[in-house]
Amino acid sequence: MIWNREAECMARDEMEELQLKKLQEVVKRAYENVSYYKKAFEDADVFPEDIETLEDIEKLPFTSKTDLRDAYPFGMFAVSPDDIVEVHTTSGTTGKPTVSGYTQNDLELWSEVMARALSMAGGDRTDRIQNCYGYGLFTGGLGVHYGAQKIGATVIPISAGNTMRQVEIMQDFGSTILTCTPSYAMYLAEVLENQGVSADKINLKAGVFGAEMWTEEMRTEIEKRLNLSALNIYGLTEIIGPGVAQECSVKEGLHIFDDHFYPEIINPDTLKALPSGDKGELVLTTLTREGMPVIRFRTRDITALRYGQCKCGRTHVKMDRITGRSDDMLKIRGVIVFPSQIERALLKIEGMEPQYQIIVSRPQQLDELEVQVETSPALFSDEVKHVEEVKKNIEKHIHDEIGIRVNISLVEPQSLPRSEGKAVRVIDKRDLK
Amino acid sequence: MKLKQTSVFLENRKGRLWKALSILRDADINIRALSIADTSEFGILRMIVPNPEKAREVLEENNFVVKTNEVIGVEIPDEPGGLDRILEILTKADINVEYLYAFVEKKLDQAIVVLRTEDIDAGADALNEGGVNLLTPEEIYEL
Repeated sequence: MIWNREAECMARDEMEELQLKKLQEVVKRAYENVSYYKKAFEDADVFPEDIETLEDIEKLPFTSKTDLRDAYPFGMFAVSPDDIVEVHTTSGTTGKPTVSGYTQNDLELWSEVMARALSMAGGDRTDRIQNCYGYGLFTGGLGVHYGAQKIGATVIPISAGNTMRQVEIMQDFGSTILTCTPSYAMYLAEVLENQGVSADKINLKAGVFGAEMWTEEMRTEIEKRLNLSALNIYGLTEIIGPGVAQECSVKEGLHIFDDHFYPEIINPDTLKALPSGDKGELVLTTLTREGMPVIRFRTRDITALRYGQCKCGRTHVKMDRITGRSDDMLKIRGVIVFPSQIERALLKIEGMEPQYQIIVSRPQQLDELEVQVETSPALFSDEVKHVEEVKKNIEKHIHDEIGIRVNISLVEPQSLPRSEGKAVRVIDKRDLK
Repeated sequence: MKLKQTSVFLENRKGRLWKALSILRDADINIRALSIADTSEFGILRMIVPNPEKAREVLEENNFVVKTNEVIGVEIPDEPGGLDRILEILTKADINVEYLYAFVEKKLDQAIVVLRTEDIDAGADALNEGGVNLLTPEEIYEL
């Protein structure tokens, strides 16, 4: 089911014409209303009237996560704060969070793209959508919520956590669409199996899974165990939240709603644009957002773009499943973690050597983070009790810094690999490529 | 009288104990008593050696983490109830034992117990008052 056939199946030349018009408008709005962009454009010696073709977007400077954070809280807003009707933020684990502000029209836009996404999963007014994304400052919960209401489905705003209740409601209410992280879907499947509930006893037909990287193998597994069609959703708070792109039933990539979000792929080292089909870093520009236009945002996510009409009939450009990051950011159970945060936590502990290695794995369904730390005389004792306390203390410091629990392994001094250049701090064993 | 104990951090990995011991062998250090505390993730090798400073030096040169601390060494009769008496004294004095290890000395027909109490001085005093023979470093090293 195609929610907005006109937009989703638009001919490419028509789409490009529309995109150029909207790009010119958004660049002008950003330049005139956001002091950050005025300065950034002037520093790059580029002005709104220089945008004469879509390719001219390459003249514009990039916007990074740091630029957005530096504008905390409301410095990126292009409208009066009074016109902002809702705010969301990133988790803010790396310092101040990034704030995203929405006008009434932006919420309408968000509902529209989420309506398209849920329709791609086969959702309509007859569905019961069990929304296990967190409600609150996180965009996941409300984004899905708005889309679900837009298509007239029954939304079950159960939010994250309380798994026993989730499986009970899923059976009692006969939920037909599940929205959560793929690892949580795996966990729900396991809990259902442990309770002896077979997949044909639940009524799910589709799952809209995102907010973390996952694989085709996980898809196969989830589909088998929950007896549903598992689809990938992509989005980010800086751009809007969930609903930037969504996989259709063909399952060969995610359709970017490119009448609202203009994608480019760049080489993260040279920053040059790459041709369609090449793998590189995804850069997004919001074409229609009022509250907070974002120009050439470096997502750091690695993917490739594929143009052409999809078997589903849509012409929205498709992006491949995200296969990695162009920085060292990790997503652990949906939470953003940078190795530098772990280092900062370690340095707060007296006598601690900042020699560490992070090992990410997914032994069952959920991500595990192990931090190997080199022991030092200051940490060591003849008593097991004392060494265990030291371990707990390190765990606590890291937990305070990143908000998730990690396993600490103490290793012998000089046993972690040293490197002349950039140390290899992270070993990701999840095999998400 | 207290003894110096040498503790070494060991990762729970094949060959690490052997590595530590071969370093001591190369430095011609003879181990008088030894125990290993093991957890699922790491081990602590505890030893009484005649020359704790030298042991520490050679182990640290080879990147081991070493801690030297004091423990109590006592001599008890090598017969049923030998250890029982020691623990009775400590329990009555309300002193908590963190760990202990024992070995038998065939020549003397005695058993030697190395123990670590929470408060090492209180433990030594209690045992002294209880009439237990606390070993001097020399006595242990010469065994």
